[in-house]
Amino acid sequence: MDKKLLMRGSQVIGETAIRAGCRFYAGYPITPQNELPEFMSGAMADLEDGTFIQAESELAAINMVLGASMAGARAMTSSSSPGISLKQEGISFLAASELPAVIVNTMRGGPGLGNIAPSQGDYFQATRGGGHGDYRTIVLAPAHGQELADLTEKAFEYADRYRTPVMILADGMMGQMMEPVVLPDPINLAELPPKPWVLDGADGRPGRLIKSLILNTMEMEEHNWKLARKYEIISREIAAAETYMTEDARFVVIAYGTAARIAKGGIKRAREMGLKVGLLRPVTLYPFPERVIREMSRSVKDFLVFEMNTGQMLDDVKLSLEGRSTVHFYGRPGGVVSTPDEIAKVISSLYYRQHLEED
Amino acid sequence: MKKTVFAGFGGQGVLMMGYVFAVAAMRDGREVTYLPAYGAEMRGGTANCTVVVSDEEIFSPVASSPDFAVIMNKPSLLKYEGVMKEGGTILLNSNHVSRELTRDDLTAIRIPAVDIARKLGSERIINMIMLGAFVAHTNTTSLDSIMNGLSEIVKGKKAGIMKLNRKGLDEGAEYILKGDLR
Repeated sequence: MDKKLLMRGSQVIGETAIRAGCRFYAGYPITPQNELPEFMSGAMADLEDGTFIQAESELAAINMVLGASMAGARAMTSSSSPGISLKQEGISFLAASELPAVIVNTMRGGPGLGNIAPSQGDYFQATRGGGHGDYRTIVLAPAHGQELADLTEKAFEYADRYRTPVMILADGMMGQMMEPVVLPDPINLAELPPKPWVLDGADGRPGRLIKSLILNTMEMEEHNWKLARKYEIISREIAAAETYMTEDARFVVIAYGTAARIAKGGIKRAREMGLKVGLLRPVTLYPFPERVIREMSRSVKDFLVFEMNTGQMLDDVKLSLEGRSTVHFYGRPGGVVSTPDEIAKVISSLYYRQHLEED
Repeated sequence: MKKTVFAGFGGQGVLMMGYVFAVAAMRDGREVTYLPAYGAEMRGGTANCTVVVSDEEIFSPVASSPDFAVIMNKPSLLKYEGVMKEGGTILLNSNHVSRELTRDDLTAIRIPAVDIARKLGSERIINMIMLGAFVAHTNTTSLDSIMNGLSEIVKGKKAGIMKLNRKGLDEGAEYILKGDLR
């Protein structure tokens, strides 16, 4: 039998996290992502060195992750939109203290309590830091089952490499849906690079300190610049995007996550009608793949940003293009999942309105 | 690409039907997505799932216009008849749904799943009877693939239970193949 398994998205994230060496999970329940902590509770219990904690609150959970990370563990927490808001203080502390951690946001309709349907309303919160202070979080945006595995593996790698929190931005549909997945092989924890900064007892060595309180303004400024330089390196090294049918495209849709897979269906239909349309799908939302978009603007004069919100990534696309091309927008907020036919209609009406069928 | 909705009361094995079908299709080497309904559901309420099977990449896992529906109760028929793709087919558990279809472009296939299940000695296998009928009618996979999918999912179940499931599948398929669609 081949290694493909039909697995629920939440379970894919959990199983991959364990294989990527995650040995500490703390969380607080919220729909539509409870299958993930449920899975982690069993999986951690099966490990000799695994810890699962159902914390008393989101705030407690994220700070437990911070503590586990300080002690050197690959640590993770997960929640859905309102719960992620509650974790923001802890995420800011993780960024300030330069601590690795993986945070999964299974986005639901909002603002407020909203609903439990898939949405992309948390783009700004995820990519702009979310918590207080001058920091960024690496944000990875899977679009299908296999990528939930691939990006979860990467999330732990990036978190350690850059000593920074990494967010996986999924949605309620991805968490529930089952798709065929090939899981990565489990890593050997002993082979990971050593972390010469962890707080694991100072017996026989000088003591260490990890903190985010820096009262001296000059020191704080230096720390801010240090973080900024790190984010520059991250932007250079890991920005990623997938392109689909863009070679001869005169019109390109930019979408991520679930919106991107729906858009792909719309583009396929539009191609069948003879329209030269392609897709650009950011895989990393921070860093944003602005270079690919800017380069594409040499041949593409019309872009359509499609999001399951009222227009958030739209800003990043406009910033990337710096006015070089026209940017259109189509959004379905509130937990509504569009159909490929609907996107095909939006594409074709804009395509003809912009006279792109003419040579 | 074919989209199928499985819908009924919670407890009728509706999600299991879709899950087994999806695993079978995946092992046949096809692309597949399985999407369970996910809302603020309650015990005794309706359950449904959508399975998309395709030879190429699947874009939307949502049942916007399903080709097939396997309907186990009346509320599910009311919910899905209107959204079916033109010319689609609805397989009905006729012991629980006697209502006529209102659309004349759809084909209704009625299977007395509860009667057949009672004959086999367990009402718990009405889902396998419906699944057997579904496979026989649509040819989207084979009964053997379904059985393999089932053993993969319910690892370690007693041989007797697996045999009963196989019987359910066979009887459901048989009902279609005999063309006895009263």
